[in-house]
This record gives sequence, C-alpha cells and structure tokens, in this order.
Amino acid sequence: MAGFDKVVNTYEEAMAGLEDGMTVIAGGFGICGIPENLINQIKKMGTKDLTIISNNCGIDGFGLGVLLEDRQIKKMVSSYVGENKLFEEQLLSGQLEVELTPQGTLAEKMRAAGAGIPAFYTATGYGTDIGEGKDVREFNGRKYILEESTQGDFSIVKAWKADRYGNAIYRNTAMNFNPMAATAGKICVMEVEEIVEPGELDPMYIHTPGIYVDRLIQGTFEKRIEKRTVREG
Amino acid sequence: MALSRDQMAIRVARELEDGYYVNLGIGIPTLVANHVPEGMDVMLQSENGLLGMGPFPTEDQIDPDLINAGKQLVTTAKGASIFSSAESFAMIRGGHVDLTVLGAFEVDVNGNIASWMIPGKLIKGMGGAMDLVAGADNIVVMMTHADKYGNSKLLPQCKLPLTGAGCITQVLTDLAYVEIKDGKFHLVERAPGVSVEEIVEKTAGEMVVPDHVPEIQF
Repeated sequence: MAGFDKVVNTYEEAMAGLEDGMTVIAGGFGICGIPENLINQIKKMGTKDLTIISNNCGIDGFGLGVLLEDRQIKKMVSSYVGENKLFEEQLLSGQLEVELTPQGTLAEKMRAAGAGIPAFYTATGYGTDIGEGKDVREFNGRKYILEESTQGDFSIVKAWKADRYGNAIYRNTAMNFNPMAATAGKICVMEVEEIVEPGELDPMYIHTPGIYVDRLIQGTFEKRIEKRTVREG
Repeated sequence: MALSRDQMAIRVARELEDGYYVNLGIGIPTLVANHVPEGMDVMLQSENGLLGMGPFPTEDQIDPDLINAGKQLVTTAKGASIFSSAESFAMIRGGHVDLTVLGAFEVDVNGNIASWMIPGKLIKGMGGAMDLVAGADNIVVMMTHADKYGNSKLLPQCKLPLTGAGCITQVLTDLAYVEIKDGKFHLVERAPGVSVEEIVEKTAGEMVVPDHVPEIQF
C-alpha cells in the first residue's frame, strides 16, 4: 500500500484487527447493498461478542444472519429485524440484545458520527418509548429529543465501483446506509464490484470520497433477492 | 357497506394533487398508487433512498440493486433520483414530502398513533414509521375502524406503545373519513350505506357529528 492506494488483496487483510467485543457498522438495507464477503470473512474469523449497527440483520443463511449461526453477535442496533428465525430464537432466549432505533435516527447517528457531531435533536420518537429518559428541548414550539451519534471500531460497506484511492460510486438503491456507514467507522473497509485506476471516475459523480476509506477490496457478489416481485411483461 | 381496500385507496387518492411527492406505507397504503387520477403526476418516495418509484419489474428488468422500503424489487419512474438513507430521511424530517399515507393499530383523539408494536408479540421494529409521523405535516392514516375482535381502533387514548405523539389529523377507515382536532374526532364523510349511528357506536373516542355527513361517492 502506498500513498493514497487503499487496495488490499485478501479478505484476511481487509478485516485484520477486528477483535472480540468490537462495534461494527454495516451498510445495506435488507440484503440489498450489503458487504456480503466482508460479513463472510467475520464469520470465518469467528470474532465474538460483536455489537453490530445495521438497519437489519440479514436473513437466515445470508448477510448478517450468518453471524448468528455461531452466536458472534452480542447486540444489534437496528430499525427492523426478525426476518430470520435464528434471530427470533436468540432474542427470545436472551442470547441476543437488540436496541431498536428509528430508521432516520439510525442514518443520522451514523452521519453525525462521521461528521464529528456527538449528538443531535430530532422530533422522531418524542412522546414514545424511544424518547424515554432522553433530553427534551423545545425549538420554535416543537419538542425534540437528544440522540447520540454512534461510531464503530470498524465500518464495512459495499459500493459498486471505486478507484484505488477509495473514491466510490454506489449503484441504485444499493447505496442506502453505505455512505454514512463509510464515514462512521474508525477503520472503514469497502468492498466493490470493480476497482479502477484513479482518474477514471468523474470527480463530479463520486458518492463517497476516498478520504473516508481505509481498505478497499474487489469481490464477487451473489446479490440475493429478498422479495422477488415481478410483473407480467 | 364498509369500504373495500380498493375503495379506501380510491378515497385517499383524492387527497393527491398534481406535483405531489408522496410516501406510501407498507400494506393497504401501497394500493393508493393504483388510483392516481389520470393526467396527474405524483412521485412516490421510498425511504431506503428512492424518489420516483416505478412498478415492479418485468422478468428481464430485474435488478437486485433496486428495491423499495418493503424490500420488493421495483423500477424507477421517469425523473427519479436515488440517494442515501440520510438524504432520504432529511427530506422526510425536513417536511419536504407532501403526503404520507400509513396504516395503524390505533389512533386517538389527541392525534397520537400506535402502529409498530404489540406487547407480547415478537417486536420487529419501527423501521421508518417514527420518522415519517414526526416529519410529515400531511398524514393520512388508513386502517379498519375496528380490529378483528370488533374493538374500536379510534380511541380516547392509545393503549399500545406510540409511534408518534400528536401528529395525526386525518384518518380514513372502512367506515368513515375522520378529522382530528381540538382533542376530538370529527366525522367528515361516511361509507355508502353506513349510518352515522353505526360509526359513532364503533368509535370509542369522542366523535363530533355535524348535521350533514355526506356519503363517500364512487
């Protein structure tokens, strides 16, 4: 690795330094735009007691769901979970802790962390269980609750293309949480479908500037579909 | 007769205006998209990061990288844009979405809404519902007037954990179109053939009834 070149050649290198008890922020919505190979690498490493911050927890046998198989996750911070049986079992038996967070608040917690903002006020959740015990302030006649941002030891993200410097472009709604996740990890590991040379991507169309990316790896992706809704042609 | 799901969608679709950006919740609200009046342009927002959602793809259009907030495969409509989840909720929280339609378990006379969890049942999460009810100015709740046991879902006070406090002003049920203001329900329209008495009887919260309550026309 030299200068701005972020490319690593193996998934072992990509996830090196991940330890038991760490917090990992993962991009993806459902199983769309998830860093599937980085997740599989964590599975292979067997790292335990992880706190995972991600909108969802994958499905049985795919995405973050595979980390439940060997009980690698201690706590999930998500807006919507339970698309997998194993998740339900571990939650009900008390082996897994879940902190439910409104989706927009979750996105903002990541964005704020990456931008050096420790907390922010939002109307979301005021007057509900989510607002319990949180600082309330009134601005212009409306009540807001204070939400703290969430940094990760690692963030794992999936983009479509990136140059070797980590300047990245996402594809369609596979963007979702990835741009914020990329900014919120102390070490950001990005996997992409294609790595190109610096200068090949138009600087005007970069979604994630390379400054946020620490390690970059090219992989192949299964891109499983969760709900195959199709109409007659 | 109580309204069918499609009739409910037709009635809610009358709240649309040309040029509206609209977020439709999962379930019955998605049916509203089938009843956009002809010649009217509306753009559907999906909170995972898509403005300008098109119909489901045909077999040869399938793209695993293009889904909606219900995780269904979709397409993009002409003039669509795609962005991050933070950007998506910025437009929701910033009040830029013109109309939000969502389902609920309960609504009460103070505009509180409960739609995301039933204690004792497996809790899956609120997704974007709390952000939507807190961020949108113009929300229509679409739900049945009573639950499957016949209990009213229009209450003096929500019993289930809230999704949002004091944020609902309009409810369309299978029996009536109701507005919420000044701590009361106000009956605005009724389903064809459904009497005012029946609606009042099936509404647990206080309902103000004007002299004339027109039937919803189809």
